[in-house]
Amino acid sequence: MSLLDYTLRIADSSLISAQRLSEWCSKGPTLEEDIAISNISLDLFGQANGFLEYVSELDGNKTVDDFAFKRNEREFFNFKITEQPNGHFGDTIVKLFLTSAFNFLFYTKLSGSKNEKLSALAAKSLKEVKYHLKHSRSWMVRLGDGTEESNKKIQESLNSLWQFTGEFFEMDKVDTEISKSGLGVNNLSIKEDWNKIINTTLSESKLIRPKDGYMQTGSKRGIHTEHLGHLLSEMQYLPRAYPDAKW
Amino acid sequence: MEDSTEVWEVFIQSKNGLAHKHVGNVHATDKELALQNARDLYTRRNEGSCIWVVKSKYIVSSESEDGEAFFDPSNDKMYRHPTFYNMPDGAKHI
Repeated sequence: MSLLDYTLRIADSSLISAQRLSEWCSKGPTLEEDIAISNISLDLFGQANGFLEYVSELDGNKTVDDFAFKRNEREFFNFKITEQPNGHFGDTIVKLFLTSAFNFLFYTKLSGSKNEKLSALAAKSLKEVKYHLKHSRSWMVRLGDGTEESNKKIQESLNSLWQFTGEFFEMDKVDTEISKSGLGVNNLSIKEDWNKIINTTLSESKLIRPKDGYMQTGSKRGIHTEHLGHLLSEMQYLPRAYPDAKW
Repeated sequence: MEDSTEVWEVFIQSKNGLAHKHVGNVHATDKELALQNARDLYTRRNEGSCIWVVKSKYIVSSESEDGEAFFDPSNDKMYRHPTFYNMPDGAKHI
């Protein structure tokens, strides 16, 4: 069931990013940005839903809601960066920028998948992700090349989140099998382009690219940071407290 | 910190070839953000195919006290409306 595992990882990263970003709703720095971030969150929920529908179809037994609401931390396979707390606005922008740059390149490749479902879901997600990248990239420049204070803050965000970028380019057995059969993406093949996007943006933003030091790993095996459990307890509270509750 | 946020007026074109219509305004620090904010606030439900943003301070508006001088003189000049022509039966949508 490599295909199921592969698709579930994509779905989980979208779902957890979406849930995190939704925490900004009503707390954005301006009304306009509040709506912008909530829109991005909704895009990501939509993407998660699409990929989870396919997971549920492959599984043949569990529903989309089962997958979203009835799994524990160790059964989630999202990139660790997606579960990190929002922090201040600059932290959120750095997180969104680093992941959107990856998502943009990943979905560009995945839209050429031999698997029709995956390629269609990727093509649809790609349009949205392009905007996420554009929006977060412009904020990187605005904050990085803004005031001394904003530059300092966003540089700190970048330094502390950098350790989570190694996971983007990990390839385990599932990834290798799926990419070799032409269904998925060889993540190593997009690393150079990812570096280009990052480097160009950072130099435009007057930010310094952190050195690759210790890199976090483990999410492909369901190992997470302490933040995921808290996120899930909030996200899953209602369906767990009131099983089969309907709108 | 100095607040460099300004108000921008937003105009949306709903279809190619139609005029851009004023829909409201947004706050933004620069033109790129003004466009993105306008996109997020005013085109969420398929409203548009093109957006214009213009800093509100660059809009020149007529003053309400000039209303009489500006607009009243056209009140009694019915002949400026093309209502005195006989339309051929076949002509529609005029």
